[in-house]
Amino acid sequence: MSEQVYGIKVPIRLDYTYVVGTAPARFLRGLAQGKIVGQRCPSCAKVYVPPRGSCPTCGVPTRDDVALSDKGIVTTFCVVNIPFAGSAVKAPYVSASVLLDGADIPLFHLLQEVATEDVRMGMRVEAVWVPNDELQPSMNSIRYFRPTGEPDAPFESFKEHL
Amino acid sequence: MRDVAVVSFAQAPSVRADQLRNEVEILMPVVAEALGRSGISKHEIGFTCSGSSDYLAGQPFSFVMALDAVGAWPPMAESHVEMDGAWALYEAWARLQHGDIDSALVYAFGKSSMGDIAELLTLQLDPYSVVPLWPDAVSVAALQARAMLDGGHHSERDMAAVAARSRRDAASNPNAQVRTPLDEAAALAEPCIVSPLREHDCPPVSDGAAAIVLAAGERARQACARPAWIRGIDHRIEPASLGARDLATSQSAALAARHAGALGGAFDVAEIHAPFTHQELILRDALGLGDRATAMNPSGGALVANPVMVAGLIRIGEAAQRIIDGRARRALAHATSGPCLQQNLVCVLEAD
Ligand SMILES: [Zn+2]
Repeated sequence: MSEQVYGIKVPIRLDYTYVVGTAPARFLRGLAQGKIVGQRCPSCAKVYVPPRGSCPTCGVPTRDDVALSDKGIVTTFCVVNIPFAGSAVKAPYVSASVLLDGADIPLFHLLQEVATEDVRMGMRVEAVWVPNDELQPSMNSIRYFRPTGEPDAPFESFKEHL
Repeated sequence: MRDVAVVSFAQAPSVRADQLRNEVEILMPVVAEALGRSGISKHEIGFTCSGSSDYLAGQPFSFVMALDAVGAWPPMAESHVEMDGAWALYEAWARLQHGDIDSALVYAFGKSSMGDIAELLTLQLDPYSVVPLWPDAVSVAALQARAMLDGGHHSERDMAAVAARSRRDAASNPNAQVRTPLDEAAALAEPCIVSPLREHDCPPVSDGAAAIVLAAGERARQACARPAWIRGIDHRIEPASLGARDLATSQSAALAARHAGALGGAFDVAEIHAPFTHQELILRDALGLGDRATAMNPSGGALVANPVMVAGLIRIGEAAQRIIDGRARRALAHATSGPCLQQNLVCVLEAD
């Protein structure tokens, strides 16, 4: 009697040396200096952050760096109630789209130092950076965003950026 | 059939590893150059189709991100094949046959440098019976080379001659990557990497991108003084299982050539997509090329520049460019995909 085979396990692993690209590299190097660098489209003037090297609307290279504020507006957010394996943050927590002042596209980041039920669209927030000696070319250089306490931004000011 | 032509072609120079630019940054100037040469703006283009593989990029939906290089606004009609860009061109050609649009943009990109391409290509093999053995791409190609040599019609010397000619032609191709001349006798004295393949029998690892603009009828004549008309195009596929076909021949290439109308007449140029030297010999037999082609792979072919997912589209582009430039009147272009020439596409291009 031969044994029936119902399945096999084939471990597969591929290693990559990822090349982020010229524009994203400028953004990452900026983070290592505690700065947020976007790029402006020469055609439509929109500012992208993180920049990927092109304007996805116009299909042209973005070359001009734009130093952006580390303050911005929560355009939209979600409350994460279900923890997942490996998460460094305790649920419930808020992930938010943050439109930095001067940018035309929001960054996605963690929101802290605020009760989940108090988070709202239009809330003014600022980046909380790691200590200077821990800065690195990574989004981890920003620990999270937190409310500034400034008055909320009116919906009209960010409705094009949702 | 509606008359459709290649009206412009552009490519990025093939490099071993572009460690600065991402795919979008490599692709953008290439797309802009192809569109610019055609004089057809992205807003006029009726259909866009690309060829690439997420496995090369190491991330899902890399082909969607690549649209950043095109600027997909206002919304456009777009498609993608997880295949060499030559098959994207086939889809665009078929789309143009519908008759409601007059132009199409085709592009392909790939950075083989970010992973181990020889191991990565293993994943296109049978996941149950072959992948667990992890035969790399060179080993799989070596099985085919051995089968060909055992047939007795071609020798390792013939294979070296293919490599030497490709290197010679690469010297005048600014987009080629491997341009050092090859001393055939010395090369044959080198040890094999995987018997019977030596280093000169294998393609380089390449990063690259290419773009082609297709146009139909009168629009093609407006876009190009000497359009490269697609007079026949066909692609065929063989079983994925390496044991289910004769590796020493290429039935699918022969069938595609027949349906593309490539079995008769002479060609001023033939651009054959053969990443390994023995594959050119097998393909020349399958296509019945003999001495029907005046210039054989004058670009140097995939042996001197092999951006995976792009190299097939480049064959069509190189062949078409010679017609556009007036250096050729009739050209044969071929693209392959899959292990051991599993899939083959044949395209016949002609001037008016
Ligand atoms: Zn723009």
